[in-house]
Amino acid sequence: MDGYLISVATFIGIWMLMSMSLNLLVGYAGQVSIGHAAFFGIGAYTTAYCTVKLGLPFPVDLLAAMVVTGIAGGFLGLPALRVRHDFLVLATIGINFIVVAIFQYTPALGGAFGIVGIPPIRIAGVEFLELKMLLLVLAFVALVFGLKALLLRTWFGVRLVAIREDEEAAAAIGINVASTKIWAFVISCGVAGLAGSLYARQLASVFPESFGFVESVTVLTMVVLGGAGTLVGPLVGAIIIGGLPEYLRPIKEWRYVIYGLVLVLLMIFERDGLLGKESRLRRLLARLAPGRGTAAR
Amino acid sequence: MSLTVANILVTGCLYTLIAIGLTMVYGMLRVLHIVHAGVFAVGAMVGLLVFQALGAGFWLSLLAAMLASGVMGVAIYHLGYRWVLDAPRGTPLIVSIGLFIAVQSLLERPFLLGPDASSFDAPTGLSALEIGDFAMTSIQVTIVLSTAVVGLAVWYILARTRLGLGWRALSEDMNMARSLGVAAERAIAVNMFVGSAMAGLAGVLIAVYENAVYAHMGSVVAYKAFVVVVLGGLGSVPGAVAAAFVLATVEIGISTWLGSFFPRDAIGFAVLILILLFMPTGLMGKRLD
Repeated sequence: MDGYLISVATFIGIWMLMSMSLNLLVGYAGQVSIGHAAFFGIGAYTTAYCTVKLGLPFPVDLLAAMVVTGIAGGFLGLPALRVRHDFLVLATIGINFIVVAIFQYTPALGGAFGIVGIPPIRIAGVEFLELKMLLLVLAFVALVFGLKALLLRTWFGVRLVAIREDEEAAAAIGINVASTKIWAFVISCGVAGLAGSLYARQLASVFPESFGFVESVTVLTMVVLGGAGTLVGPLVGAIIIGGLPEYLRPIKEWRYVIYGLVLVLLMIFERDGLLGKESRLRRLLARLAPGRGTAAR
Repeated sequence: MSLTVANILVTGCLYTLIAIGLTMVYGMLRVLHIVHAGVFAVGAMVGLLVFQALGAGFWLSLLAAMLASGVMGVAIYHLGYRWVLDAPRGTPLIVSIGLFIAVQSLLERPFLLGPDASSFDAPTGLSALEIGDFAMTSIQVTIVLSTAVVGLAVWYILARTRLGLGWRALSEDMNMARSLGVAAERAIAVNMFVGSAMAGLAGVLIAVYENAVYAHMGSVVAYKAFVVVVLGGLGSVPGAVAAAFVLATVEIGISTWLGSFFPRDAIGFAVLILILLFMPTGLMGKRLD
């Protein structure tokens, strides 16, 4: 495999982590967030700071990134307790701008110039570059996918879906809406922090503009395109959105125009995404392989 | 001091112009109209094109920009929102975000605005104002006057005409208003036209004020208009006007008297999140379900 292909695949893996993490919020907990890139950024900056400024070794910076973003996510969860629907969306947009402003205006974080020279991951003397990094990222993708599938089978997963379907009803049957929501934010943002940490390592540098509103929308597009609230959908979304522009250059120039229009057309014609529960593709798969398609979530 | 007052007045006017359109759309359709930011930038671009390519004067360019933005608003409703109004709340929101991203990136293409800012230096013909210590430039006077005229016109439509009555009825209860004979489609179309034309007006005014037209000019300004709209209670026009001036005062106050330790724009969003935490439906909002 050549280096370019490996690099594209690695970034797709990182986007997969992001879309899985946002899917937990949007697809399962029903909390629309358009500020997810902010947490991606917090994770990336934590790793950048830990490695470049503090000189900490591999697992420490990754764990720090997850803990910091998890806590930050918990704070974002606070407005979500009182604020609903549209107001929450506005709050998440606001978080995005504030976090980017903090990156830009904090001298310790390099200001507008970001932090460069992040070393590759090193475990027992082995540097994780190129193919090794790709395999590591894919291992994380598999891990997160497995954990997410397990999590959704627990009572916690059931509580999440109950809140998505009807918050009042969920509260009425004794679900602790507040703690469930906060944990959903903590877990989801923690995974975004993981993705951010790997992103910083892969790119070897971080800049404030990489974590803005447009990136948040990109992640949301992946989730919605593939199918929010499905396990496989967001992965497919990440492959399409992350991969297509790399292979069709004209698409790369026009990509945000296309993302935007794709979102609009999807919402009008295939509301639940390509692999959503009632989508055409899902029904086609069910017809081709009876008994399998409907069972797959 | 008097500079600061003029600055607050002008900023408040600009926020008002953008926020009224947003809050009207929200009040009627319950859609977070994010693509308003795109309409705003398109307005500025059309104004610039008419001014440069056709050599029209400031006021004619302004009129063309308002017309184009208004038509764009109606198109957004007919091609986008109309098909997803019955869907869960997230759906029209994503339509709006999609349209916004598409419009903004389209403006960025080289055959439209390109990645750089273009200058928009159009004399408005109004004279500058100087009363004792208090001074305003020609464009500042233009901004305040046009906001006053348009604001009064909107107030008149809302409060005194059948059309405004229809708008208010539709935002109370769309189905009930329809069944009582309000011509909903037409009322909504006019509403979108007026709100979007105001965004286009604001776009040209800000472009001339800052002497810059660029693809991303909508982003920050329009998100801040959301801060204004939330402060004023989503859907409330008088609330939005009051909130526009409150936000302008707070922002400019903080950055003038405390120094610019933090970007002005981020202050607005921090204020937004704090307000949402303690008053989840805004300063003057009623309970929404």
